[in-house]
Amino acid sequence: MNPMPATYLWLIPLLPFAGFLINGTLGRRLPRAVVGAVALLFTAAPAALVAWLLTTMCSAGAPNTIESVIRPFGHEWIAISGFHADFAFTVDHLTLIMLGVVTGVGFLIHIYSVGYMAHEEGYWRFFAYLNLFMFFMSVLVLASNFLLLFVGWEGVGLCSYLLIGFYFKKTSAANAGKKAFIVNRIGDFGFLLAMFLLIVHFGTLSFSQIFATITDHPEWQQQGAHFLPAICLLLVLGAAGKSAQIPLYIWLPDAMEGPTPVSALIHAATMVTAGVYMVARCHVLFNSSPLALTVVAIIGAATAIFAASIGMVQHDIKRVLAYSTISQLGYMFMACGVGAYAAGIFHLLTHAFFKALLFLAAGSVIHALSGEQDMRKMGGMRTRTPITFWCMSAGVFAIAGIPPFAGFFSKDEILYQTFTSNNPLHIVLWLAGLLTAGMTSFYMFRLWFKTFFGEPCVEHHTNAHHSVHESSWVMLLPLAILAILSVVGGWIGIPAALFGSNRIEHFLDPVFANPAATEAVASATGHGLELVLAAISVLTAALGFYIAYVFYYEKPGTAAALAERNSRVYAVAKNKYWVDEFYRAFLITPMLMFTRGILELVVDNGIVDGSGAAADATTRGLAWIERKQISGNIRSYAGWLAIGAAAVIAVMIFGNSLWGHL
Amino acid sequence: MPVPTAYYLILAAMLFSIGIAAFLIKRNVITIFISIELMLNAVNLTFVAFAHMWHQVSGQIFVFFVMVVAAAEAAVGLAIIISIYRTRQTLNVDELNLMKS
Repeated sequence: MNPMPATYLWLIPLLPFAGFLINGTLGRRLPRAVVGAVALLFTAAPAALVAWLLTTMCSAGAPNTIESVIRPFGHEWIAISGFHADFAFTVDHLTLIMLGVVTGVGFLIHIYSVGYMAHEEGYWRFFAYLNLFMFFMSVLVLASNFLLLFVGWEGVGLCSYLLIGFYFKKTSAANAGKKAFIVNRIGDFGFLLAMFLLIVHFGTLSFSQIFATITDHPEWQQQGAHFLPAICLLLVLGAAGKSAQIPLYIWLPDAMEGPTPVSALIHAATMVTAGVYMVARCHVLFNSSPLALTVVAIIGAATAIFAASIGMVQHDIKRVLAYSTISQLGYMFMACGVGAYAAGIFHLLTHAFFKALLFLAAGSVIHALSGEQDMRKMGGMRTRTPITFWCMSAGVFAIAGIPPFAGFFSKDEILYQTFTSNNPLHIVLWLAGLLTAGMTSFYMFRLWFKTFFGEPCVEHHTNAHHSVHESSWVMLLPLAILAILSVVGGWIGIPAALFGSNRIEHFLDPVFANPAATEAVASATGHGLELVLAAISVLTAALGFYIAYVFYYEKPGTAAALAERNSRVYAVAKNKYWVDEFYRAFLITPMLMFTRGILELVVDNGIVDGSGAAADATTRGLAWIERKQISGNIRSYAGWLAIGAAAVIAVMIFGNSLWGHL
Repeated sequence: MPVPTAYYLILAAMLFSIGIAAFLIKRNVITIFISIELMLNAVNLTFVAFAHMWHQVSGQIFVFFVMVVAAAEAAVGLAIIISIYRTRQTLNVDELNLMKS
């Protein structure tokens, strides 16, 4: 075939790394234009490489996977007594989609950042981190074994921490960074344990070897029955940490402390989808454990509906989007949980478009209002920032699931697959998904109406130094491209029921390799069911739109009155179900009590410091005795000498008779 | 009838003890120096006594060594004493306590 892509595969992660090195070491001394140019160049090149890779892989007769093992000077990465791990990259169709999202959306967000961060301090630092993130994210999706995936996994976590805490002088930002890092650590703990179990049972961490062992030897399904569910559940813990699912979702809303492009790139489009990617990548493992799959589906559905309910009452524009991201990630998890991996990845793709767009558009609005994030102080932005408004509208319609925008096709596919899956809970899951769809539509149109319609908030822009203005073209260009993608991005997955061919699922067939199952379901139930389900979800979305329209456009007082009447329910959602408070009371406080009471007082102050103090006192005491003899009096020295000599003689004469008998 | 070896040894022990006592009691550096010589010669006496007793010449050879070393030591020691006297105008060891910690 074509050997060229494999040869240049390593450039895809390495180029952003080079950008990171240049900006990270020299950036402080370089002018802003050069820093921006370096960052853009070293992300545009991988994007071009990925595009080239895509055309090669899509051409007829192309291999389903491309492997590239990197062995500098012929050395393996790790080779310890029977365990081998290579620095190896694999490209298959799943990786291609992820790479496309990471490099494509990543590049667009880099362009946007040039405009958004133009007046910020630490410009070079921002782009260095952003390039480093691109490096780790590419490694994550290209990795051909769990260990290398974990390297990328931890690396993006690090970049996430660095970028959330970008404004590190702000205490809340620094704390949010720490929170994200620590919560992710819990998930990584599960991931690590899963890897240890895989090494114990399979002796390798290579994806292809592990999956081949399971698929080629059906007896493994029985043999592995006692450890495969454990491995899968531990992997789910890891994925829940990275992808902000219950119970580890709490870090994502706080992560909005970072600059908005970071929220768009890391906390919406790419990094947080790593968990979904990982579950899809390990679909062979998960398919062998129905228990783990059900857990994934339940976590996904619960997170989707839970986060959506919180998102409905938030006032901070970025927090609404954050909860919406958690909710949409829950959708993807639900899709994976019912075995519809392709639908999950499809939603991942469309979500990357419209959620990145929504964040960037929100960033544009925030930029226009000189940093205002509270939606109550916005309004009437439609006339002030018209281009942003139109782009944002594309994103809002897409996420709300209005046809023919991108979100409709992917969301509908997930709902359909959930409804027809053979999971015993499929109706419940479907209802949860449908309810979430309605809620999503409501809170997105709430955001839309509150921000862009109604009376402009006069009080704000009289105080502001700058007048309210539309953003520069560097920020609007990525918005426009993403808006177009949010409109047409879903068309690659138009289902057969709507006279499409669902190309995305066929594109992913070589990876997930169970086309027969979905085809069978489709032909058995016919297209009627699919159309009915699609109609129901569109109606739900329209209902969400209508409620938002009445509440926030026609009769703006209604929502407040309703909240007044149901103040208890409202308070529960407004305060995010007190989950943070619950964790603080039942996990963090006891742990702090343990560390302060036992570890600090007993272990550190008592044992560690105590042993030091004891050694100090002993030495001091001996030295005191010693010092008494160094009197400076020669005759006293002579006396000691004589006593010593006498003692030696005494031992020589009497010692034998004394100790000889013992 | 020859003198028994024990007599020599007792005499040597007495000389040595007198040397130690003088070394510890006396304050004048020169007296202390003399008491060291006394101890050295007490040891020499035991060497000679044993050499005679065992009919071995090595003990006597050792005495010559000790004498040579003692002579060298006396030369160096007296030089030090003279320089101490020049700088401090005293030979009282209790006042030579600069090394006190």
